Amino acid sequence: MLEIKNLHVKLEEEDKEILKGVDLSVPAGSVHAIMGPNGSGKSTLSYVLSGRDGYDVTDGAATLEGEDVLELEPEERAAAGLFLAFQYPVEIPGVGNMTFLRTAVNAQRKARGEEELSAADFLKLIREKAKDLKIDADMLKRPVNVGFSGGEKKRNEILQMAVLEPKMCILDETDSGLDVDAMKLVADGVNALRDAGRSFLVITHYQRLLDHIRPDVVHIMADGKIVKTGGPELALEVEHNGYADILAEVA
Amino acid sequence: MALPQSKTDATEARIAALQMPEGAAWASEARQSALSRLRAMGLPGPRDEYWRFTNPADFNASAPGAAAPFDHGDEKPVFGDVDRIKLVFRDGVYDTDASDDLTHEGLEIARLADAVSADIHWAKDLYGTIEARSHEPVPRPFAALNTAFATDGIVIRATAKVSKPVSLIYLHEDPTSDVIMHFLVKVEEGADVTVLESGPAAARFNKCMEVDVADNGAFHHVRVQGRDHERRAVTHLFARLGEESTFKSFTLTANGVMTRNEAFIELTGDNAVSHIAGAALGDGRFHHDDTVFVTHDAVNCESRQVFKKVLRNGAVGAFQGKILVKEGAQKTDGYQISQSLLLDEDAQFLAKPELEIYADDVACSHGSTSGAIDETALFYLRSRGLEKGDAQDLLVLAFVAEAIDEIESEALADDILSRLEGWLTRHRAA
Ligand SMILES: Nc1ncnc2c1ncn2[C@@H]1O[C@H](COP(=O)(O)OP(=O)(O)OP(=O)(O)O)[C@@H](O)[C@H]1O
Ligand SMILES: [Mg+2]
Repeated sequence: MLEIKNLHVKLEEEDKEILKGVDLSVPAGSVHAIMGPNGSGKSTLSYVLSGRDGYDVTDGAATLEGEDVLELEPEERAAAGLFLAFQYPVEIPGVGNMTFLRTAVNAQRKARGEEELSAADFLKLIREKAKDLKIDADMLKRPVNVGFSGGEKKRNEILQMAVLEPKMCILDETDSGLDVDAMKLVADGVNALRDAGRSFLVITHYQRLLDHIRPDVVHIMADGKIVKTGGPELALEVEHNGYADILAEVA
Repeated sequence: MALPQSKTDATEARIAALQMPEGAAWASEARQSALSRLRAMGLPGPRDEYWRFTNPADFNASAPGAAAPFDHGDEKPVFGDVDRIKLVFRDGVYDTDASDDLTHEGLEIARLADAVSADIHWAKDLYGTIEARSHEPVPRPFAALNTAFATDGIVIRATAKVSKPVSLIYLHEDPTSDVIMHFLVKVEEGADVTVLESGPAAARFNKCMEVDVADNGAFHHVRVQGRDHERRAVTHLFARLGEESTFKSFTLTANGVMTRNEAFIELTGDNAVSHIAGAALGDGRFHHDDTVFVTHDAVNCESRQVFKKVLRNGAVGAFQGKILVKEGAQKTDGYQISQSLLLDEDAQFLAKPELEIYADDVACSHGSTSGAIDETALFYLRSRGLEKGDAQDLLVLAFVAEAIDEIESEALADDILSRLEGWLTRHRAA
């Protein structure tokens, strides 16, 4: 599904390399987790994959189902099935959450040459998905993320994911700021979407989310590179011992 | 204080090119006294305090530059879906055939020319009266000029709650027309009327509207200024509000090389409410100036000023707004916001927000900002699949929303919104 090879990325504004040769392969139907110290480049990787401005790819490649995603506009990547649940979801005053979601769904459908959803069908879809995530009607009516609590913002990201049904879902610290019950809701939301044709890349600092979303593979990222890859037990090791041992071992 | 000779000369030259229409004795008197006011203050110069952002030369000139009428193609006319009483002007001349019948329950509507010819008419107590009070401390010479020389217009008296809006349609056909029109709206106690305005009217348009809202009355106003690129307009909206009365005005301006919209609103009765809002869209040769003065002279009144400008490609927006709270106007709730969204680095926004407060128990706030599209929000929208242009339009509409929200009627707000969307689609960055 997602293949990243020797990806080098520097900031456009200053001559600072953030990703220093990332290699990662997420096959279709699998769930991979990335853990790693603060500032190691996890969010940068997610932004570069989704097409945010401000980064220069100096070397390497990233493909989604064989297609070079780095060449695409952000909206084209979305239409191709890439989705990023933001570490810091963006507040957009003046744009209603519903309007936003409907515009997004139909924009992607249009880009893929599919028919747009009617207002009634959309309403049905959104109500059902929102209910699963315990997002009330009031939150749907409010402007995108404005005045949402930290946890509400994260649930709203998962709602968008559930409605858009992407193929490759990148979740950047969707668990941080969630209470125990909300974490369960989010995990259920993710698990409900698990499918042979869909993959997940879950960035997290904590083992707890991974108790609910059982990853197939866990990667450790440090200083702009994947330094270690293993099974779910790797997350437990980090939980108990931190990164010191792992970093010492690969140094 | 004597005017500098240059100002006197310019003013006299302007006056010499105009002709004062005939009328009843009271009307001629009103016009003559407006002319004296104009002579006393003189035409504005670029160094006058409230003309620093906007060069008055286009309005001072004795004749306007040519403006080609805008070709709307097969676009639906503004307010086309609204059931309304249509009053049509062609280059400032009332077109009886194209207009609807003037008789309507709860309304007295007459042509200005007819009203000012009658020896006895309610218009006598309103024509030029709010304008006359508006020059302290800031002179508004083009309003005085208007009262003195206006050739046509409409006077409306509402005596009941009227649901059908009165729609003033200003067609522009002659590329060099220079039009001065004056309108009166008298809203009697408990009455309620909506006045719509649409169209450019002329190559150069000087318009005054004096609105007198009696106790418990309500006046709603939605205006769409014409899209001719070279048109020039200087307009004044004057209002005097009685107790418990409501005044709501919204203006959409897209295109136009030079527009100055002034408003002067006096809240004279307790518990009155005044909301005035505007959205201006400029791309290229566009200069738009909103100069708004709201005076609180009664207790427990509320006023809002919400002005939004979207500018690109050298377009210039200006806002000068004041909330004046007079002594004794306690419990005033005053709000003013003026914001611009600069879509590129060539656009410019100039603002002079002012508060002047002489009462101690008031809550007044004002803010003015100028900014670009929020890149983070733009990326967020695009990452969900919205095309860049659509995402940008959505953010522009969100920026303007607070002004549109001031329109009470959903049908009118929808019409305005569709105009905005149309303009944005046509004016996307390459
Ligand atoms: N636009 C930027 N300007 C300057 N530095 C940046 C920028 N973007 C990222 N960085 C730097 O790049 C490094 C990686 O940041 P990134 O946000 O990818 O880390 P992270 O692994 O997601 O960390 P966290 O776990 O704290 O979320 C950090 O040192 C950060 O300060
Ligand atoms: Mg991060």
